[in-house]
Amino acid sequence: MLANKRMLALGTGAVAVALTVTACSSGAVQAGGGSTGGDGGTVTLKVATVNNGQMKDMEKLKTEYEAANPGVKVNFQVMEEGDLRAAVTADVASGAGQYDIVTIGAYETPQWGANGWLVDLTPALQSDASYDVNDLLPPVRDVNTYDGKLFAVPFYGESSILMYNKEVMDKAGITIPQNPTWQQVADAAKKVNTPDMAGICMRGKPGWGDLFAPLTTVVQTFGGNWYDSNWKATVDTPEWKEAVGFYKKLLDDSGEKDPVSYSFNECLTALKEGKAAMWADASVAASMLEAADSPVKGKMGYAHMPVDKTKESGWLWSWNLAIPTSTKQKDAAIKFVKWATSKDYIKLVGNKIGWSNVPPGSRTSTYSIPEYKDAAKAYAPITLDVMSSVNPKQPGVNPQPWVGIQYVSIPEFQDVGNQCAQLVADYLANRGTIDDALSKCQSIAQAAGDKHKK
Amino acid sequence: MTTITTPPTELEDVRATTATDKRRVQKKELWRNRGLLLPAVVFLILLTQIPFLTTIGFSLTKWNLLYPNDRAFAGFDNYTSALTSGDLWPSIRATVLITAFSVTLAVLFGLLFAVLLDRQFRGRALARTLMITPFLIMPAAASLIWKYSMFDTNIGMINWVLRSLHLPVVAWSTEHPMATVVIVLTWQFTPFMMLILLAGLQGQDKGILEAAQVDGAGAWRTFTWITLPHLRMYVEIGVLLGSVIILQVFDPIAILTKGTGGTKTLAYLLYERAFIGLDVGQAAAYGVVTVILTIIVATIALKSVFKVFMAGGSR
Repeated sequence: MLANKRMLALGTGAVAVALTVTACSSGAVQAGGGSTGGDGGTVTLKVATVNNGQMKDMEKLKTEYEAANPGVKVNFQVMEEGDLRAAVTADVASGAGQYDIVTIGAYETPQWGANGWLVDLTPALQSDASYDVNDLLPPVRDVNTYDGKLFAVPFYGESSILMYNKEVMDKAGITIPQNPTWQQVADAAKKVNTPDMAGICMRGKPGWGDLFAPLTTVVQTFGGNWYDSNWKATVDTPEWKEAVGFYKKLLDDSGEKDPVSYSFNECLTALKEGKAAMWADASVAASMLEAADSPVKGKMGYAHMPVDKTKESGWLWSWNLAIPTSTKQKDAAIKFVKWATSKDYIKLVGNKIGWSNVPPGSRTSTYSIPEYKDAAKAYAPITLDVMSSVNPKQPGVNPQPWVGIQYVSIPEFQDVGNQCAQLVADYLANRGTIDDALSKCQSIAQAAGDKHKK
Repeated sequence: MTTITTPPTELEDVRATTATDKRRVQKKELWRNRGLLLPAVVFLILLTQIPFLTTIGFSLTKWNLLYPNDRAFAGFDNYTSALTSGDLWPSIRATVLITAFSVTLAVLFGLLFAVLLDRQFRGRALARTLMITPFLIMPAAASLIWKYSMFDTNIGMINWVLRSLHLPVVAWSTEHPMATVVIVLTWQFTPFMMLILLAGLQGQDKGILEAAQVDGAGAWRTFTWITLPHLRMYVEIGVLLGSVIILQVFDPIAILTKGTGGTKTLAYLLYERAFIGLDVGQAAAYGVVTVILTIIVATIALKSVFKVFMAGGSR
């Protein structure tokens, strides 16, 4: 019995300690091995980036940079979107200085720039004529500018489009118009849906950057939005109910079977493997579907993002490279960022990896490279077209107090979006009602909106 | 070993040492022993108590990383919001259920495999190594393997089998999030339980088993009346260690279910508050509440569990 008691005490002690450590320091999960400053020795740049194809190509090409810049080593930490956001935000906000270069979205740039967390890149880029900063696409440059300062450089920019397998549509006798409505897409998806092939693949993984990226654009084109112009949350409105109900019906009728597991990369695989006929998602996906190793290369058709009440409903997003002020090797970091977003880098990707893998939506000049125009003829024109016709100042039916399309650029939004995504996921999985999910989401959104009321 | 004899010449010295002297010597020795332990104690305090105190400090602070300049003493605000937000109780439920199911299933499967591996057969060492592998795989990697190779509706093996049998495809993460997490954890922790129980089986006195055989007990009787009581202690250790580890489970939830459908364990809730909400103060408050609750629940629950075991036999 004595031995038992001691064991018990030991056990509970261990539980307590373990949980405390989890509670206060799981931030250190990826810690260790901070960048070492180089006095004439090797400079190691630590880059945090997202696990999308274009970023992985950058990792592959880092040897070219290292060869051209002796004494510089570049270490990549590739993470999933949600993990990247969490790790980088925690690192940059606390000034821990673990990363020299971070990949951030258009959502973060203005907020972090305002907080003084990012190095202002304007002087370094403008002074270099060969970099040609004005060649960066204006809309994407705008979302990364705060107070006239460019705090991050777009690595690639994207909108969202509808992608569909032409062979499947032809066989079913369906023509997808250039500017389809959601109802047309839902009908087409239902027609081509079979047990072996989903009619459409849509993101369902709970997370504001996963499920809520397309869902927010659906809500906006159905006439709803997160907030009205006075920061009053408008989630419990009929427009939201209609939009979310439509999304669920679309998934139930003809979507992939396990939505909670599906986001960008899962849908991409499904499309490539012929397990889904349509997909409305980031336009950058088109370049992956048309890549040399893709089984559906040349079989895809592309259209504008489906709409309901608005004229366009594509989003505007860019993944950007930025340098936290906490870095100890600013100059080396700036040099790498310039290399990775330069015209020459675009050509390097084209020559070494393939012209359809070129990061799109960052530079105007990309769209006039003959090899790229040829390789990307299926989707380059539509990408440029959509990206220039969306309106980040008012994407929905009513005016909104922030600039941005599939997100609300307030710091609380990732938390709000995340919690709401879980509530909606419960509804998608038939564990709760739509009214319950939306009313809970409304109060979460309102609490965040109250902080921004003027 | 040499026999110590007191030479007669030292008899006076012995008589001279009084009781106080003896106590002084003992005290001195005691302090020396304590001194030797000191580095370990300091290390222990540094590693365990200081983070805990820091956490308590954080929990009393209004500190959201999104607003770095707005940092102040908050009193018990964070605790109030943690207890009233309605996130805590479902999370405790999820943690308890996931731990209970996973540990129970892992013990049952572990026992089964331990009994099988306790026999002599060719390639036993190889089989044992293969059986242990799941426990050696990183939890995140294990979850990814399950997500894509097993559970996936298009390319997963489970659904491939179901499809071949003309059964409906199961959307694991969406429809059965709890089962999904429990299956992965059971798969991972079965080898752990198996190892502990196998050690128990191999430490069993063969003579007793023979005696049972001579007395005419069949295989089943021998197992239930002799082997199982003998294994009781090993099961206790397995359950205790397994629970401690699984209570903090994070990876399968982050990778497979994202905390939906009643799988948001305390560890995942803390992660969300700290790294998605970026609210350090509130996350710390959740951490402290969790620790207190865990100590209370663990003490009561484990004690009663062990009482049940104690009633089974004498020790």
